Amino acid sequence: MCLGVPGKIVEIYQKDDLPMAKVDFGAGVLRECCLAYTPEANLGDYTVIHVGFALNLLSEQEAQETLALLKEISDLGEELGPEAA
Amino acid sequence: MDFNASFRNPDLARGLLEKIRRSLTRPWVLMEICGGQTHSIVRSGLDQLLPAEIELVHGPGCPVCVTPLEQIDRALAIASRPDVIFTSYGDMLRVPGSQRDLFSVRAQGGDVRVVYSPLDALKLARENPGKQVVFFAIGFETTAPPNVMAVEQAKRLGIDNFSVLVSHVRVPPALHAILGSPANRVQGFLLAGHVCAVMGYWEYPPIAQKYRVPMTVTGFEPLDLLHGIWQTVQMLEAGETRVANAYSRLVTEEGNRPAQALIQRVFMESDRAWRGIGVIPGSGWKLRPEYAAFDAENRFDVAAITPQESPVCIAGQIMQGLKKPRQCPAFGADCTPEHPLGATMVSSEGACAAYYKYQR
Repeated sequence: MCLGVPGKIVEIYQKDDLPMAKVDFGAGVLRECCLAYTPEANLGDYTVIHVGFALNLLSEQEAQETLALLKEISDLGEELGPEAA
Repeated sequence: MDFNASFRNPDLARGLLEKIRRSLTRPWVLMEICGGQTHSIVRSGLDQLLPAEIELVHGPGCPVCVTPLEQIDRALAIASRPDVIFTSYGDMLRVPGSQRDLFSVRAQGGDVRVVYSPLDALKLARENPGKQVVFFAIGFETTAPPNVMAVEQAKRLGIDNFSVLVSHVRVPPALHAILGSPANRVQGFLLAGHVCAVMGYWEYPPIAQKYRVPMTVTGFEPLDLLHGIWQTVQMLEAGETRVANAYSRLVTEEGNRPAQALIQRVFMESDRAWRGIGVIPGSGWKLRPEYAAFDAENRFDVAAITPQESPVCIAGQIMQGLKKPRQCPAFGADCTPEHPLGATMVSSEGACAAYYKYQR
């Protein structure tokens, strides 16, 4: 149940007084989800949904910073010396 | 950006694996809490790619695995009633009760339906006013916000043929139970990323300090898991007992405050039994008295339950990091996904199911 996959919010509407969204997971997969816990969501935001609810919004900036950090950590170049580089 | 592909980059993974290997001076035992992470680790082969000094043991974070047997027997009794439509997350249908499972109730004529979201169960209740619709509200902090929203909506919209059978548990009390045991082997934790997306990680530093165990909030993709392992190993090697966050694209320290607020309004803390582990004080949630009208345990008289667990199954020891699935004499022989003795062999988050599927 916890394998939440990132999707993009492509439509926002109200149903039974709850904010709802259509979320696009790519490859033609569209899911309805409830935005009650992410009222700040906008069209085009990415979110992780879990049993029909957006858990939180994904931060692209944080994702880029994490990837930059991981590249830095995993860079073996300087330790292998100039020959390997 | 493509969030998924970016965090599955094999070149970065190789570099991280090498850096983890080089930073080790001794063996360490780490536990990933979440069963979703267990499956991701085994599916991607990280357990076999990591240096032998890193032993990963598998935590209790599999909702259907820890749902106590008496609550499953209660669900089976309610689902067997002719006036009931019983709704559940799909994982629960093959989880063995004392005598049978929800699939066999359905085969015997019970109206048991899989729903994707608790709001779907609420919709069924509106469409079937002549029936009692019961939702099996199980899970950790991740399913709590959806489950309490269904109860809140039922109350607000006056849908009184809807009720929930609650079996909710929380991670922090389970960490106390694991770390407080004299048999504990776990030296560092990968915290469950989606639990922390809801709850934040402000609850964990006192636990990390009390037991002198570092923890890292960790996501689900291979690079997320390696990032969490690398971060935890750095803290272990440096003798630090902090809580780090390796899943900052989704998790903040404070978590999702609107979700925490509704959980507090609908649920209150309670003692809970964990299947195979036993009662952990204050480890669960139950409905507050203001919502008692929506409690299936009040609505249906199914009190006389005498659960009978398989005497062979060691799921409880596996979920506390004391044993691995292969150490169970029944694994793959008397216990398979088709004929499970325990819930860990059934669920998409169960450790035994992961070991069986990926042939560990």
